[in-house]
Amino acid sequence: MSAKETAAVQPRKKVHLKKYLPIYLIALPGLIYLFINNYIPMAGLVVAFKNFSAKRGIWGSKWAGFKNFKYLFSTSDAFVITRNTLLYNVMFIVIGTTLAVMVAIFLADIKSRIRSQFFQSIILLPFLVSWVIISYLVFGFFSAETGFVNNTIRQGMGLAPLSWYNEPKYWPLIILAVYLWHQVGYTSIVYYASVVGIDNGYYEAADLEGATHWQKIWHITLPLIRPTIITMVLLAVGKIFYSDFGLFYQVPMNSGALFRTTGVIDTYVYKGLMEQGNIGMSAAAGLYQSCVGFVVVLLANLAVRKIDKDSAFF
Amino acid sequence: MRKTSGYDILINTVMTVIVIFCVIPLALLLISSLTDNSTLIRNGYTFFPEAWSLDAYRYLVNSGSKIIRSYGMSFLVTGLGTGLSILFTTTLAYAISVPGLPGRKFLTFFVFFTMLFNGGLVPTYLMYTGTFHIKDTLMGLLLPNLLVRAYYVMMMRSYFINSLPQEVIEAARIDGASEFQTFTKVAIPMSKPIIATVILFTMIMYWNDWQNGLYYLSRKTSLYTIQNLLNRMIQEIQFLSSNAVVGQSNAAQGIPSGTVRMAIAVIGILPIAVIYPFVQKNFAKGITMGAVKG
Repeated sequence: MSAKETAAVQPRKKVHLKKYLPIYLIALPGLIYLFINNYIPMAGLVVAFKNFSAKRGIWGSKWAGFKNFKYLFSTSDAFVITRNTLLYNVMFIVIGTTLAVMVAIFLADIKSRIRSQFFQSIILLPFLVSWVIISYLVFGFFSAETGFVNNTIRQGMGLAPLSWYNEPKYWPLIILAVYLWHQVGYTSIVYYASVVGIDNGYYEAADLEGATHWQKIWHITLPLIRPTIITMVLLAVGKIFYSDFGLFYQVPMNSGALFRTTGVIDTYVYKGLMEQGNIGMSAAAGLYQSCVGFVVVLLANLAVRKIDKDSAFF
Repeated sequence: MRKTSGYDILINTVMTVIVIFCVIPLALLLISSLTDNSTLIRNGYTFFPEAWSLDAYRYLVNSGSKIIRSYGMSFLVTGLGTGLSILFTTTLAYAISVPGLPGRKFLTFFVFFTMLFNGGLVPTYLMYTGTFHIKDTLMGLLLPNLLVRAYYVMMMRSYFINSLPQEVIEAARIDGASEFQTFTKVAIPMSKPIIATVILFTMIMYWNDWQNGLYYLSRKTSLYTIQNLLNRMIQEIQFLSSNAVVGQSNAAQGIPSGTVRMAIAVIGILPIAVIYPFVQKNFAKGITMGAVKG
């Protein structure tokens, strides 16, 4: 660029800056927050390679190489939490999606608008209850001494009470039930919007041909909401390395006896950090989650892009 | 009017069963809080208690300064958090929606990238406690992972880009409005629906949050919100039943077990249950608006 051109550009740039300065200023609080809350901890992940000492802080602590990772992967814990995280997510995706799609189709097919509205408001309700309160609900059912299941159901059937919070084998089912209770209403509303968006002409044509309800669902509704289903599933796959901390911490009431079937990466990281003071190992597990999670979300997004460009993240 | 088919009966039956399944746990909670305490201890939680009683709620009103205080904290944190959050989120979302803003692409990516990759709990916790010293302060309940969510910023940004008529914005600029005035006098009033939606979701998020209290409040139990108090109470049940040594301060000590616990949980849901019928439509709309990218 010649000197003359630079001179011509310069004043315009100044006008720009003056004009846009207020915009930069109003963006500043949010940007600073994201820098602190999100970007500094990204850099802070290096703590996984350090011997953390509270006195020296993240940056001042001495390097430890891969020691923390060796420690993490030398126990069976790493395998157990990875397996649980993945299996629970697969279970949630398959069963949760099936149920949510079914509910969405039924809601759209209910003739009385008022009744459909009423059903919708009720099934969304569980989503608004905090995980702490949900743990009270679950405790009401499964408490060994005062729980509904032991005192009413099992007693009614002449069975001895069970110490549920010490019996790992029942928890995959309990966790699944609680997840569905909490989540299906929410997910079904997304599918519902997609189902009611289908052009009525298709159904009218099918009616003329004498199609049954099931034929219409199978040949019209499902194929037309397929892009939404695939997108939602892939986005869930993108988060397959993460789990809802509330569900896995609160619902089993942080019971150590249930670790084998309820321990996931998120609860493991929490316990290492806050309860066992094992910061190095906890940080290693966290870094493992962040990195694998990042790769998975990129791959899932790549897949979404192929199917439905508008729904992709980028 | 078409006659009712077998299919109609089936879907209505299935939906009724699902709705009952949704309500039953909440009903158990409510009924337990209204059960006579000795009946509860004898017969366990049940849907048809032998004796009913309002004692749990009487206890809440009469002796629970701890409980009332934490209830107040919940309202304070929800109000402050939502206010700050909506301010930070709206301004940032608007800025990255202004056409022609130099560096706009970079700033958008800066926001968006936080949705793909994050440092997780350990570095976040070490930074907030080690550098910013928010442990046992009100900031501990407001700042971490709650204040600005990239997801809401991106959702609002698309609204500003797609739903604000550019002609109106241009007209305001031609009339001599500064960029800042365009934002406050034109963009904000025209974006009420999206702002209302984000306020609603943020309020629910703050009201239901217990994690920040779990991480960042250890000694200062006077800052407990109702969720933190409930969390501490259920932790103590777990401590007692597993016979572990109760090393932490007994914040929930002295609160009778059984029915009172359930009554506190009921009042923890109450504000949401009260506003829900009025906001239900916006809530459902908000879900469909952004859920696919959630």
